[in-house]
Amino acid sequence: MSITLGHYLTLGAILFALSVIGIFLNRKNLIVLLMAIELMLLAVNMNFVAFSHYLGDLNGQIFVFFILTVAAAESAIGLAILVQLFRNKSSINVDELNTLKG
Amino acid sequence: MMDVQSALFYAFSAVMLFASFRVITARNPVHAALYLVLAFFQASGIWMLLKAEFLSIALVLVYVGAVMVLFLFVVMMLDINIDSIRQGFWKHFPLAATVGAVIALELAAVLLGGFHITEPQKQVAAQVISPVAVTAVAPVDVASALPAADVGHVVVAQVSNTKALGVLLYTEYLYPVQIAALILLVALIAAIALTLRARKDSKFQNAGDQVRVKARDRVTLVKMDAVKPAPAAPAAEETKA
Repeated sequence: MSITLGHYLTLGAILFALSVIGIFLNRKNLIVLLMAIELMLLAVNMNFVAFSHYLGDLNGQIFVFFILTVAAAESAIGLAILVQLFRNKSSINVDELNTLKG
Repeated sequence: MMDVQSALFYAFSAVMLFASFRVITARNPVHAALYLVLAFFQASGIWMLLKAEFLSIALVLVYVGAVMVLFLFVVMMLDINIDSIRQGFWKHFPLAATVGAVIALELAAVLLGGFHITEPQKQVAAQVISPVAVTAVAPVDVASALPAADVGHVVVAQVSNTKALGVLLYTEYLYPVQIAALILLVALIAAIALTLRARKDSKFQNAGDQVRVKARDRVTLVKMDAVKPAPAAPAAEETKA
């Protein structure tokens, strides 16, 4: 038996579900939340590359390229915000971020 | 009976799923970051199996080389109290497991319904873009010729994945590339602006003040008369000698 498109899509689906579980589990740890988001983007990228290969359409890989760009920008800004947050509150607990609550 | 590609796929997938499971359950954030690096390496291997060499290398370079090193720096820079973070970790587990199972079942329902493509179709770009075609036809024509080329599955010339991607990026997707560059620039400036902390005791130059300065701000002429008289006697002796 050979590897079909469904195998790759299933892999992406499991990866996505794992990262959603990770977001629920690490409710207090902002760093691991960012890592779970990166995993989610990886799962999506996996689907894009698999479709691009099996449908013979290179545009999917272009899309992955742009997703990588945006993900890099996102994690850079996210970590910068995280550093500022830690300087101000000495904690990265998401539950303590209620300054804007009226 | 399993061919090499299937074996590689299963090996990469197993390690990747294990690594991502450890990412979300690791106690130490540093370990989580290192497991995430492992997961990215496995994903890069899987993309190699899918004949996406450029993206596979780019994933390693961009993610492992830049983003994960940034993560590690931040994790090590912040002094995080692990115990307070882990508190109540398993409290959300039933909810998390339910949501994860629902997502997995939904996706499985979709996947089982369709997607029975077993044979990869020929890479489109590999057929069209022979070096002759690239030089002979105007760039716009190459781009417009790309989608139309999957009529016949005759491989004219084997062009690497990187070259095909590059041609597509710099013809059809030229403006998106420039927008992506702008996004990166904005991210660069934002990251610096967010984390730059001006120290109170650091010395710095204000160029505007330096340009606008007037002579009277710098030099003050004070009128005063010389109080000490010039010594007369030694001068007289010198002339005599």
